[in-house]
This record gives sequence, structure tokens and C-alpha cells, in this order.
Amino acid sequence: MMYGFPLKPPQASTISVEWDYLYYFLTALTIFFAGLIFAAVFYFAIKYRRREKNEVPPQYEGNLVLELTWTIIPALICVFIFVWSAQLFMRASSPPPNATEIFVVGKQWMWKVQHPEGPREINQLHVPVNEPIKLTMTSEDVIHDFGVPAFRIKRDVVPGMYSTEWFEATKTGQFRLFCDQFCGMGHSTMVGTIFVMSHEDYAHWLTGQLNTKPMFASGELLYEQLGCNTCHTPDGKPGVPPLRGLYGSEVHLQNGKTVTADDAYLRESILGPEGIVGYPPTMPTYQGQLNEEEVLQLIAYIKSLGPPGERKATKQ
Amino acid sequence: MSTVAVEVAPTLPEVHYLNADYGWRSWLFTTDHKRIAWLYLFAITGFFAVGGLMATLMRLNLIEPQGLLMEPASYNKLFTAHGLIMIFFFLAPSIPTVLGNFLIPIMIGARDVAFPKLNLLSWYIFMLAGSTFMFSVIRGGVDTGWTLYTPLSTTYANGHVLSAAVGIFISGFSSILTGLNFMVTIHKMRAPGMTWFRLPLFIWSLYATSVIFILAMPVIAITLALIALERVFHVGIFDPALGGDPILFQHLFWFFGHPEVYILILPSMGVVSELVAAGCRKRVFGYSFVAFSSVAIAAISFMVWGHHMFLTGQSVYAGFVFSALSFAVAIPSAIKVFNWTATMHKASVSYDAPMLYAIGFIGLFTIGGLTGLFLASLGEDVHLHDTYFVVAHFHYVMVGGAIMGYLGGLHLWWPKMTGKLYPEAWARFACLLVFAGFNLTFGPQFILGYLGMPRRYAVYPPEFQVLNVMSSAGASILAIGYFIPLVYFTWSAFKGPIAGPNPWGAKGLEWTIPSPPPTNNFEETPIVEEAYAYGHEEAHVG
Repeated sequence: MMYGFPLKPPQASTISVEWDYLYYFLTALTIFFAGLIFAAVFYFAIKYRRREKNEVPPQYEGNLVLELTWTIIPALICVFIFVWSAQLFMRASSPPPNATEIFVVGKQWMWKVQHPEGPREINQLHVPVNEPIKLTMTSEDVIHDFGVPAFRIKRDVVPGMYSTEWFEATKTGQFRLFCDQFCGMGHSTMVGTIFVMSHEDYAHWLTGQLNTKPMFASGELLYEQLGCNTCHTPDGKPGVPPLRGLYGSEVHLQNGKTVTADDAYLRESILGPEGIVGYPPTMPTYQGQLNEEEVLQLIAYIKSLGPPGERKATKQ
Repeated sequence: MSTVAVEVAPTLPEVHYLNADYGWRSWLFTTDHKRIAWLYLFAITGFFAVGGLMATLMRLNLIEPQGLLMEPASYNKLFTAHGLIMIFFFLAPSIPTVLGNFLIPIMIGARDVAFPKLNLLSWYIFMLAGSTFMFSVIRGGVDTGWTLYTPLSTTYANGHVLSAAVGIFISGFSSILTGLNFMVTIHKMRAPGMTWFRLPLFIWSLYATSVIFILAMPVIAITLALIALERVFHVGIFDPALGGDPILFQHLFWFFGHPEVYILILPSMGVVSELVAAGCRKRVFGYSFVAFSSVAIAAISFMVWGHHMFLTGQSVYAGFVFSALSFAVAIPSAIKVFNWTATMHKASVSYDAPMLYAIGFIGLFTIGGLTGLFLASLGEDVHLHDTYFVVAHFHYVMVGGAIMGYLGGLHLWWPKMTGKLYPEAWARFACLLVFAGFNLTFGPQFILGYLGMPRRYAVYPPEFQVLNVMSSAGASILAIGYFIPLVYFTWSAFKGPIAGPNPWGAKGLEWTIPSPPPTNNFEETPIVEEAYAYGHEEAHVG
């Protein structure tokens, strides 16, 4: 992978080049100001060194113009860096709408990956090159962090919520994946490899996997096994709203507020102690009966039902 | 110092605070702020040695990618204990309780702090806290990292989280009482003529520190109590499996934690102002700007906690606000650095150890501060967060900054505390070793961080080994640099040449009284006419 004496990780994603520009600028700024201070300190220390034991130098107060200068110039530089870096952060926080979604569950001390097409991986992630990928992540236990230095991405993976990050790889090859948030004994072994492949290789890899049942199909199976279908049906029955068209719709809560039925809403409704968010607590909690991967499969199933009245979107 | 005084060999005063009374009771039940400073000095030197030994073992282990000495479980406990000991039992108390206790009353012309008995109580609370914490370490330690993030610390960690938390909880009360004592002392006990703008800058910075002690320490106490509630009684506060919110813990922790960082660096900034003034024989350039920058840092420090949480899923817009405020806190720090540098212009610069430490501080703190800008930058932080870049940055501030200042201060005021001189050549040599060893230890870690090596890794990929070995080599030099002063200070206390009241030709009330000072500090209450009165005839008191 990377041997010798590199000073930066590989630039393997669309954003990594821009991150490095800001890094070069900040490094140059650090060298300039540290150099300025060092030069002044050494120059003064030599030029004005104490020549006699009892010498007392001339005294003076300060200088308002100087004080204002070295307050305002750093402040302006800070504003400049702030605007630049905030723009980068905005980009890093906004996945492109056409990004392919892959699901990640962190667990002491491994990364479990599910592709919507079915294949699952542990401590590995295979992705196609030049295609935006959005990771939807959660944790089974403590806080983890999914970081890939070559892509300049990193995001905490927090239990009880979904966090997302995205990247578009620009180079094929293998890149390191680290858990960056201390997560207990095996933290430093919670590492893995990102395999960036050409489109043909990726398609080949997908079909060659053991588990080719799509996530929504696994979700549908769970939906039947757990008996969800005794109350919830795709098209609803009296007293029970339909599942079809639920995903992404507006839900009116009992307290008068309106929320969007997104991944977090569905997860909370399945696992939360109060049952379905915004409804009377008639549904029992499934906490402890489902792991995070299974919840993601159920959500994939609900999502696959599509908008009201339509037939199930066939994915394969 | 007048010309005559130089030629007459200085003598020790017949009676001073060190020989006024003998026996262990006179030390363990003392209410003399100067003796309490010694009690703290012994205690924190012990903690520094333990924390430093742990750091040495960690660096040794990291020589090999798979770990040279120990299993990851032991390594995790080591860095947790190293962080907690250094922050709560060495850095936070270091300058305030040793130099602050010794100097605040003397610098403002008082006979003692406002509440001498409370001052002694603070030390006993500190020792109780330290013992409780060390008890948890000896029983097997904690493996959560010093940040104690939930739900790892409340549900999943097997170590002795509870006794460690109790130790830190208790230590907070010691800090609160010390802060309270210092604030009241500075408000109420100043000598006639010692107006706010004649206070030494060291006093300004310790005043700002005391405010943070009083406001921030209760927050960590509450947070630790909540951890205990969840860990023992399974009350769902932070663990989502119990209905809690793990991010809430981070808000509480960093609302304390970031001001805490300024508790560690502000006193050192105050010391450096004194080192620069004494080493240059000059009033610090832009006195009021330096004084108010301490207050500004203390105020803004309470509003930047969210920059530890850019990647937790906090709103992007909250990230904008915290990033902007984090840049804002950089400005007063920059003002200080520029003013210290300007003080050296047309000065009489000494090359004695205290000034060398001040110069070292200015250099390392500048790098520490500037690299903080990388982490305050929202976008750049995504890549650097939780990597060795962060480790390097805060060690430049905490070790390169805070400890350099502490050591410089010990050298400057050692003659006042003991009446003896330390060996100057050894001190300069040790200072250079510390500076060189420090840069070799933490400089490579900036590169490691940009390469992506995460912090708190017991084992790491082989491509990071070269830089890790460099860092470990630096750490061994640094360890020697810290050990040498321990030897020559001990020697000096017994065999050092006699210092006299003002070996540096410095200004300030502490240099007008004998070394070591009498128990009551001042025979008669001094009257202050100017701060940093360099170029004025010296008034001899007592």
C-alpha cells in the first residue's frame, strides 16, 4: 500500500484534492507565522542580549496601532479560512441525490456492511469507482467512527441514530478503513479495507457473492417471520395505516407536529419503547429482538413498497 | 538591585517560613500559603512522574506496529490513566496550586490568602481525590479514554470506571475551593496602591483561571454523577438502549472540557508574562491587551465546546457557529504571543533558564495555536479529527505550552521559594533537551495524523512505523530533560548557593522581601506605586 516516507495519504476521492489545498494553505500559514515569530524572537534575543549585569533597558508602554494591526490581520485571515472550510464541510455533509446507498453497522469490534443488492461483508467494503456512494451507518453498541483517510472522510457511528457520509472514489485499488472513535479493547483492530473496483469488476463481484437476496427481500421475510403482517399490511386495514407510501411521507403526530417518515423515524417506531412515533402505544417494542442490520432490512422492505397504489418496485 | 548589593555576598535571613517551625505537624497542619504550595509541589511532582512513566511505556510500546510490550487492553488503560492523571492531577493544579499559592499573596502585598484553612482543606481534598483515583488504577484501571464517552463508559467498559469517576469528582471540589480562595484574595487583599491595572499579569491570568474553575468544575461533577447513576442504577441518560442520548454526554463533557483546556494554559500564559518581564527587565508590551486577552479567553472558552463534535451528527449550522467561535478564541492567544515578542524589542534579554523556557513556550505555543486553526476549520477537521494530528496539537499546547511555562516559573521563583540558586548551566542544558525532545516527539505526529493514523491505537499498520519510532526516540530525550531538573533542584535545596532577595534584578513585590520570605511575608504592608517599575529606583521593604 503506502511505504517509504509519504507526507500525505493517497488522493482517491473527488474531495480529497480540495482538502489538500486547504491543508497546504494552512501549513504555509503556520510556517509563515511561526517563522515570523521565531525570527523576531531570535533576532531580538541576539541583538538586545544583556550585555551588562545591571543594565536596564528603556521603558515604553505599548502601541495602539500595532495592537490593532495584530488583532485585525489575524481576524481577517480567520474569516477567510472559516468561509473556505465551511464550504468544504457543506460539501462533505451533502451527499449527491443520485448516490448509491450502502449500509454499515458498527459492532465491537467489526464493521458489518450490507449492499442493497444483498451481499454482505465484514471489515471490507467493495465499491465501484467514479460513482457517488452514500453510507448510512449505525452502531449496535458504543460510538464508532468510519474513517477512510484516502477519501478524507470520517463520521461518528452512533448507537440509536443513523449518520451518513458520502464519497466518490476516483482511483481503483485498496484503501485503509479505520475506526477513529475509541470503542473499547479491540478499537485498534476495528480496521478494514475499501476495495475500489471498475464497474465491470464490481458487477462481477456482486454476482459472485453467496448472498444475493436483496435487502428488501430479506426485510420482507422478516416481516412475515416476526408477524408484522398480522397488523400491518402494505395497503392497510381498518385502524392500521398502510405501509405502502409511508416512506418519505409526512406523518402527523398526536402532539400536532409533522415529521417525515425517514429511516430514523421508522427505526424509532420499530425499536422505541413507545411503539410507533406519534401514535398510541399499542405496538410492542422490538428492541432486543432485532439487530440493527435487520432493522435496516425492514426499512428497505417498507421503502420498496413504493408510493401508495403502485406495485412493488422490482429491483432485480 | 543596587550596585552595592551585588558585591556583598547574600546571606539567608535568620528566620524564614521554612525554618520558623519544624516537625511534621508544622507542615501537615500549616495554614501558611507558602508551605501549602510545597505540599502541592510534592504531590503533583509524584503525579507527573506517574503520568510521565505511563507516557514512556506507551511510546515504548508503539515502537513496534504490533506492540512491543503489552496487549491492547493494557495499552488502553495506560493512555486513559495518563490522560486523566496529567489533566486532573498534574496540569490543572500545577501552576495555580504551587506557584499561585506561593505567589498570589506576595505579589499583591498580602500576608496570606483570604481563607488559609480552606486552602489547607483544598490540599486534603486533592490528596483524597488523588488517592481514590490511584486506587482505581491499582485495582486494574479504566479503559475508556480520558473523555469517558458514553455508552462505552456507562454500559460496556469493564474497568473501574466508578472509583475513577469518584476520584475526579472529588478533585473538582479542591479546584473550586482554590478558585474561590484566589478570587476573594485578589479582590479583597490587595495592598494599598495595588490597583487592578498594577497587578502582575500572572495575577490576571490566575484570576481568569479561578473564574473557570468555579464555573466549569461543577459541570464535570454533575456529568460524572450522571455516569454513576446510569452505570449503577441503569437510569437511562446516555445509553440509547436505555432510552438515553450518548451525544448529550458529549455536550456536557465538552462544556466543561474546553474551558478546562484553558484552565491548563492560562496560568502558564501568566507565568510567561512574568518570565518575559523579568528576563527582559521590561514592562510587558501592551499590558492591558495581555490582561484583557486572558479575560477574553476565559469568556469565549465557554462557547466553543461544539468543535469537539463536528462529526457526531450535530447540525451543520451549529458546526458553523462553533467553528467561528473557535477561530475567535485564537485571536486573544495571538495577541499575547505578539506582545511577548514585542517586549523583547530593545530589551535587555537574559539567557538564563527562565527566559529560555519563555522563548521555548512562545515558539511551541505558536505552533500549537496555529495547528489549532486546522482543527477549528470545519472541512479540514473531518480528515484530522481523532487522528494523531489532534494528539500533536494539544501536546504542543499542553506540554510545549503549559509545562514549559510551569518549569520556567519554577526556575524563576525557585530562589524565592528556597533562598538557594539552582545550577544555571544544567538548567539551560535541560531546557534545550526538553525543547529538542519535545519537538522530536510530537512533530512527527502531525504528519502521522495527516496520513490518517487514528489516536488511541494500540496496534497500527506498518507504514506508520518510521514516524512512530522517531516520536518514541524524542520521548526518551524528553524524559531525560524532565528528570535532570528533579536532580538539580533537590541538590540546590540543600547545597545550592545562597540567592539573596532578588537574584534576577526583577521588579515586583516578591523581589522586595527576603528569600525565603518570612512567614508573614511583609514586615509592614507595602505601598504600591507602579507595576513592572523597571527603570525606577527600587524601594526596599523588610
